[in-house]
Amino acid sequence: MTQKTAPSLSTASMAGAFALAVAGAMAAPSAVASSATMEKCFGVSPAGENDCAAGPGTSCSGTSTQDYQGNAWTLVPAGTCEDIELPGDRQGSLEPLDRDLPRQS
Amino acid sequence: MPSQAEYEADFVQALRQPQTPPPAGVRHPGSQPPALRFGVYRNNVHVSLVEAVTRLYPVVQRLVGEAFFQAVARRFVGQVLPDSPVLIDYGETFPDFLDHFEPAARLPYLGDVARIEWAWHRAYHAQDQTPLPPQAVARIPPAQVGHLRLGLHPSLQVLESPWPALSIWHTNRHDAQVRRIDRDSGSEATLVCRPDMEVLVCAAPLGTAALVRTLSTGANLEQAATQAVEQPGFNLQTSLAVLLSSGGITAFRF
Repeated sequence: MTQKTAPSLSTASMAGAFALAVAGAMAAPSAVASSATMEKCFGVSPAGENDCAAGPGTSCSGTSTQDYQGNAWTLVPAGTCEDIELPGDRQGSLEPLDRDLPRQS
Repeated sequence: MPSQAEYEADFVQALRQPQTPPPAGVRHPGSQPPALRFGVYRNNVHVSLVEAVTRLYPVVQRLVGEAFFQAVARRFVGQVLPDSPVLIDYGETFPDFLDHFEPAARLPYLGDVARIEWAWHRAYHAQDQTPLPPQAVARIPPAQVGHLRLGLHPSLQVLESPWPALSIWHTNRHDAQVRRIDRDSGSEATLVCRPDMEVLVCAAPLGTAALVRTLSTGANLEQAATQAVEQPGFNLQTSLAVLLSSGGITAFRF
């Protein structure tokens, strides 16, 4: 194969990047042992996932008259997306904040 | 008498639209008209599928609000019925649906945020596999590194978005009070993996998706890095570190 961008992909630099990555991963708390404390990563607890397969639709609570087509096309999105539209101070980046208590969705 | 295929097609069509009469051949043993009973059935199908989509996409719901979300989900369910009897397989195309959903057009990042939620769901239900401890690859001779072929975890997915989709997802998933995010703050890559019991969602360098895609074809690290390095922002060391520390790598060979 052809090497397109030699400097960043020389054997030495690739080996160096690999060695540093391995060293960094070894220094970080193990994903296997305690995934919740991983550096740069954060776990997410399932929010109602467990009963997703069995729960919905198993009751006869529905009626024949629910307006499931809705008339929502006059609606506008009204959630937290408004916070994203606002011009930010560019601090909204990748640093995970302190782990919050799981939200109940 | 319609054929089986015709009957099924009519049945599906009648399920989609609330005003459609039940398909010919649907009968009710008592005195009730079949339309009423069929309407109950049809409504339960819709309600259960809307509920499934709602559980899958809590961040999208938070972003657009409950009323809007319910309306979108109902429209989606009316158009896309399950093609599998397994409910956890349902809803994969919801992000694509959002991309083309006119009333949400001013939220162009919505589909990519939804893709993170679907990736989370897939990772949650993916096959278990034990990740490779980083120590296992610590003594590979430098000259051999480029020849490494890496086995990837079944739950591993990397998503790249031109929007800060991960930041948006993260604050809406975890923060009681969402942070303001500048939607023009640039592209983000998101790595999703479930090394053990918990799904991890991590930031990764742009280009990691290309790296993982090439590695997944069985290419070696040199070939994969050559593909990925063309992506602006790619950093091989950080990509590999995130892959290793998230448990995304399960095996290696030469």
